[in-house]
Amino acid sequence: MNYNVNEKGYYGEFGGAYIPEMLYPNVEELRQNYLKVMAEPDFKKEFDQLLKDYVGRPSPLYFAKRLSEKYNTKIYLKREDLNHTGAHKINNTIGQILMAKRLGKHRIIAETGAGQHGVATATVCALMGLECIVYMGEIDIARQAPNVARMKMLGAKVMPALSGSRTLKDATNEAIRDWINNPVDTHYIIGSAIGPHPYPDMVTRFQSIISEEIKWQLKEQTGHENPNYVVACIGGGSNAAGTYYHYLHEPEVGIIAVEAAGHGVDSGESAATSVLGKEGIIHGCKTLLMQTKDGQITEPYSISAGLDYPGVGPMHAHLCKTGRAEFMAITDDDAMNAGLELCKLEGIIPAIESSHALAIFKQRTFKSNDVVVVSLSGRGDKDLENYINYFKI
Amino acid sequence: MNRIQNKLQENKKLLSIYFTAGYPSLNDTVSIIQDLEKNGVDMIEIGLPFSDPLADGPTIQASSTDALKNGMTTEVLFKQLKDIRKTVKIPLIIMGYFNPIFQYGVEAFCKKCQEIGVDGLIIPDLPVDVYHNEYQATFERYGLINVFLITPQTSEERINFIDSISKGFIYMVSSASVTGSQSGFGNTQTNYFKRVADMNLKNPQIIGFGISDNKTFTQATTYAKGAIIGSAFIKHLATKGRNNIKEFVTFVAS
Repeated sequence: MNYNVNEKGYYGEFGGAYIPEMLYPNVEELRQNYLKVMAEPDFKKEFDQLLKDYVGRPSPLYFAKRLSEKYNTKIYLKREDLNHTGAHKINNTIGQILMAKRLGKHRIIAETGAGQHGVATATVCALMGLECIVYMGEIDIARQAPNVARMKMLGAKVMPALSGSRTLKDATNEAIRDWINNPVDTHYIIGSAIGPHPYPDMVTRFQSIISEEIKWQLKEQTGHENPNYVVACIGGGSNAAGTYYHYLHEPEVGIIAVEAAGHGVDSGESAATSVLGKEGIIHGCKTLLMQTKDGQITEPYSISAGLDYPGVGPMHAHLCKTGRAEFMAITDDDAMNAGLELCKLEGIIPAIESSHALAIFKQRTFKSNDVVVVSLSGRGDKDLENYINYFKI
Repeated sequence: MNRIQNKLQENKKLLSIYFTAGYPSLNDTVSIIQDLEKNGVDMIEIGLPFSDPLADGPTIQASSTDALKNGMTTEVLFKQLKDIRKTVKIPLIIMGYFNPIFQYGVEAFCKKCQEIGVDGLIIPDLPVDVYHNEYQATFERYGLINVFLITPQTSEERINFIDSISKGFIYMVSSASVTGSQSGFGNTQTNYFKRVADMNLKNPQIIGFGISDNKTFTQATTYAKGAIIGSAFIKHLATKGRNNIKEFVTFVAS
């Protein structure tokens, strides 16, 4: 089984580029150039240099001793939370801003849910001196105030998405509309492994630095580059795609994808796409999608602004359908408690998104000698208010 | 011959109107179609509302949201249109996004369209190559004409390919934009209209996006076979209701 994208942009039956003609030239320009540009020595050099000196890579692979003792297994945390701007998102925005520059674009647009991708985009735009417009659902603007402030300080214009559920899905619609209206000079930095081909593949390649590092770091620390499991939370699925990438074709490595169950998978307020979704088309690709019988896209729910997306990236849909990845759904409550537990046991405040991945240890037993690598995709500073309100701190 | 092809042979500039099914009220669909025909409209695009319409501007999106709230679904639309051919003769086109059609089942959808007497489909997010490779045979088996969009950025080579697989008309998007965001045409647009007209394609062109009044209608139809009005008509329905359709059509096409 092949888990990489094929030449037409499909992962098995998922993927493709279902876009209005108005976007065809932009997407086609990217499709024809992204692999070529990424292979250029100059590009690679600049990308690697920025990841090292600006982002602070490699991010540590940390053996979480107390957490491991508690769950009687060997838990390693891939510390993407220690990246500049506080999440894995910057890996991709650095790559895409370099891509945009080489394609001669000088106006950048992005969508954001939790604000991490928006901050990462605003950051690289400031770094490169490019205009930056970030679309964000009105509800997310309210619940992620610190990130909104950061984006503004970095010089980005934050545009509220007022339609639909006023969250990530609608911010994405608005960003796509902006792109339709500005087809020549604008590059759309998509933050997740979603969108029309080549976005899912391009984003995955930029994020694959995560599993590339895990391999040598784990080898250094344990003598083996393959763990028994790699675990990541999934909204659209960019940190997950990066965490899995170099393990996709290593069958002895189990892949675990953690979705947001919200108030419970059957509660009507959930974002667990692998259970609630079926094949459909969203934001330019064929994937698993939460929708009504009639094909209208459903409004998802999660306490985490980064996970309440009604779809998953097409690669993840393929991993789910073929059984390559094991999908689990974690409720708001379990995620919040897992987040607080990490604070108490390891002195690390995780993003609520990442807390979903950590919550699996209460639900699933691992062997005592299993090596489990969890992507700690982001830090929890942006979520402090949510934590405060939830735990009445 | 399909009703669209017949209509295109008429020696006149065509006025096509888009409206969202189930808007302003759920059961307005049929009467709006009848009134449009009665007042001289040549062709109608019936919008199948979608929750996340990427290529639509705020006016049409808002009408879709309202229509969905009113209870419009693919099933309801087909029920409303069941007997439409007893009273309406002009070409009818369903315009909608691909996901609702995909969920209904592409073949079942096409079959239903044929039973009702729908003549064509416009599906903005169904790419030309996916249509060509996967669905063209099905569409044609049920006598449906699929209408493709081109924009000022579409290359000559691609326009020629689209022309080669089109069987009715080409929907020329007037400018790089979502619906309802233009007012009036400048040199850039008229040059583009002229450039495409000079390509002497086998399919005539009908211009959409940015047509809102008699001036823009006349400008567009100087170079093309016809023009499509969407947002401006939805705005008219929103402000004046569905009893003043005659007033709108007269305003645009007199």
